[in-house]
Amino acid sequence: MLRLIVRRILETIPVLVLVATITFFMMKAVPGGPLDTEKNIPQEIKVQIEAFYGLDQPLWKQYLSYMGNLLRGDLGPSFKHANRSVNELIAAALPVSLELGGLALCVALLVGIPLGIAAAVRQNTWIDYLASTTAMAGICLPTFVMGPLLVLVFALHFEHFNASGWDFPRDRVLPALTLGLVYAGYIARLTRGGMLEVLNQDFIRTARAKGASETRVVFRHALRGGLLPVVSFLGPGIAGILTGSFVIETIFNIPGLGRHFVTSVFNRDATLTIGTALFYAALVVALNLAADIAQAMLNPKQRAN
Amino acid sequence: MRYKTNRRSVRELAFTALAGLVLVAGCGKPPTLVGEGDRLQILHRGSSSDPQELDPHIVQGVPEHNILQALLENLVTEDPTDLHPVPGQAESWDISPDGTTYTFHLRAGIRWSNGDPVTAHDFVRSYRRALTPSLGCEYAYMYFVMKGAEDYYKGKTQDFSSVGAEALDERTLRITLNGPVPYFLSLLNHYSWWPVHLPTIARYGDPYQRNNRWTRPGHFVGNGPFVLERWEVGHVIVVKKNPLYWNAASVKLNEVHFHPIESADTEERSFRSGQLHVTEQVPQSKISVYRRDKPQLLRIDPYLGAYFYRINTTRPQFRDKRVRQALAMAIDRKTIVENITRGGQLPAYYFTPPDTVGYTSRSAIRYDPEGARQLLAQAGYPGGKGFPPFDILYNTSESHKSIAEAIQQMWKRELGIDVRLLNQEWKVYLDTEKRKDYDVSRAGWIGDYADPSTFLETFLADSGNNRTGWANAEYDRLLKEASRLGDRETRYELFQKAEAIFLDEMPVIPIYHYTRVYLLRPEVRGWNATILDHHPYPYVWLAPRPEASLATASAAAQRP
Repeated sequence: MLRLIVRRILETIPVLVLVATITFFMMKAVPGGPLDTEKNIPQEIKVQIEAFYGLDQPLWKQYLSYMGNLLRGDLGPSFKHANRSVNELIAAALPVSLELGGLALCVALLVGIPLGIAAAVRQNTWIDYLASTTAMAGICLPTFVMGPLLVLVFALHFEHFNASGWDFPRDRVLPALTLGLVYAGYIARLTRGGMLEVLNQDFIRTARAKGASETRVVFRHALRGGLLPVVSFLGPGIAGILTGSFVIETIFNIPGLGRHFVTSVFNRDATLTIGTALFYAALVVALNLAADIAQAMLNPKQRAN
Repeated sequence: MRYKTNRRSVRELAFTALAGLVLVAGCGKPPTLVGEGDRLQILHRGSSSDPQELDPHIVQGVPEHNILQALLENLVTEDPTDLHPVPGQAESWDISPDGTTYTFHLRAGIRWSNGDPVTAHDFVRSYRRALTPSLGCEYAYMYFVMKGAEDYYKGKTQDFSSVGAEALDERTLRITLNGPVPYFLSLLNHYSWWPVHLPTIARYGDPYQRNNRWTRPGHFVGNGPFVLERWEVGHVIVVKKNPLYWNAASVKLNEVHFHPIESADTEERSFRSGQLHVTEQVPQSKISVYRRDKPQLLRIDPYLGAYFYRINTTRPQFRDKRVRQALAMAIDRKTIVENITRGGQLPAYYFTPPDTVGYTSRSAIRYDPEGARQLLAQAGYPGGKGFPPFDILYNTSESHKSIAEAIQQMWKRELGIDVRLLNQEWKVYLDTEKRKDYDVSRAGWIGDYADPSTFLETFLADSGNNRTGWANAEYDRLLKEASRLGDRETRYELFQKAEAIFLDEMPVIPIYHYTRVYLLRPEVRGWNATILDHHPYPYVWLAPRPEASLATASAAAQRP
């Protein structure tokens, strides 16, 4: 187990170097630069600014100095946010994204798993159909429809929430619901599938035969195995919740990482793009590893290996 | 028995989420930001994007201006109704008879927000900083009307005493210009000319380099009506009343909160839910809704800007000016502003917006499809036959796309010309346009200061903003001559001649003149329509009527 973990951590290093390198050269390859603006900057001024950011150096030199700084953990200055470093911007936005993601994850699990269990236990009854339809609706309704819809009802009609912002605790509710319900849909479907598979197995029949209550069968015997697909989904799923929040952050005007990730590309803010891309890459790798470990611990078959 | 337990637990689970919502919904309605703001004189203003910086010598955008205007004040400031220059940090000034020397007399006892006195030396030091090449001030050319500024900026001299800015004593500042610049005082209202506190900047890094941290909250020292309190990227910027401001007694607002909201839809929803007093924009689809249902909240102000199409005159098919004229004459601008933009924009039959400080072009384009067909035929393309198909380039935006589609249709219908649409992402589009790798390209120009020259000088042969490949010696000569004159009548006559040449040559096709379309709550007072969309904060205040909520306001409007 330990060897597995060490090996996986070592494997991430080339992955991150590759991500940084590819992003770096892709940002250099797209037309237009951070200093291109609608009003022309006189050539003499442009030269000064380029020299300040080292953009006058040959590409390989820029790359080496970027990678050198990266080794020291310095992601460089941002172009668009002219007096902030990328480290600062990520540090300021990360807690917001984590909070939003964490709350959304709670919504996803608290809605998705019960829904999935209900559907599996009452397979092919109206409960199953209702739960499955709800889950499907959650998956199919895009966040950019769901978000404004929730705002329309709960913020503009009932006036219980603000339409946007991140100032008060109640500002967390609608974005977390919007983001969480999509994943709740996936989780409900996965739980239902996993549970159905387990419920048809022999050991469940044995448990029932020896007189265990249905509640005990479902929650004690079946759930452990039934949740396996959910656990393996959670690795990339959590990464998705944390990275895929650009739309939510825009709809609700939340100062999180997702917006930096996307708008920095439009601003050609290369350092910020690479910084966020690297951060997300590291996150995906780490969460996948965590999911693998969790799965190994839950699944006796894998533990043996 | 077993089943019952189970069914109950299933039901419980199924309704957990719903119960949570009901619980939250059960709590009373929370107070709105706007309601609190009305009580405490806190203005909540929507701002389309985060400021790039709050250093007046580095920034270059409109959101930055709106914030800096609260934090810094120049020698003169703007009258809240028509923006004419009024005394700011200077209480008076003398202009030499030839109009080239301005002597400013600073107010007594004015101070920076850290308590230091504001002196004439502060202004000279600020100009020196803005003009130091290593800082890379992108608006440094705004200084080029001042004697010696351009040479110093371009490194031709290291001696700042050769520049026409001199502190005669603590309270007297003399600025010498290259010639009479009748709009000089208006130019001073552009932030590139605003003073900064050099000792503060030096404390947080090299004052002549970028990436200085002096503009952070807690570091920032200004001399304006407000001081910087909070700055959280993508979230909020808060400025608080500055008790040391010379005119603090007449500033009624206690705070201004700037909310950077990039999405117009989100901003509009925030306005409706009582989080903003004033928005930066209105989604295009919502304009007619507001006009119908809540006209008292919708503001449409004239704005000093032109929306136009550049023509790449280096392309063979556009070398003939008759072709360019034909294209311009075949566009039905009225249809575009009435059916597409719908924000009260003015159809543009000339380039400089009408009544730019008393200047309106006498020459104008006509909407004349028949005349356009004749011109095209004379140029060798009767009925559009043989005219090579070309692209209209525009940056990604629903509105640019709709306008381009309409024009594509008009050119097909009236002239028989085939046009394709080419959509590029903003920075790619800028790059394409600068490399002159386009045929016809959508563009906009907003005046930097209130004078016709800010529009016409854009198309001087050596202007970096020309980008059409068009050059005309007589046009350049007229504008250069106008820049040396002090008399408004004579200057405007020269502008008339220059604009006549411009419209005859038609290197760009004017389409409409901008308006500023935004939402404003009724309790905001002193918020006047001004052509630069500037709203000096010392004159703004909030006057909430009892229960002046959106609902009651609209109900009142519906009552007979």
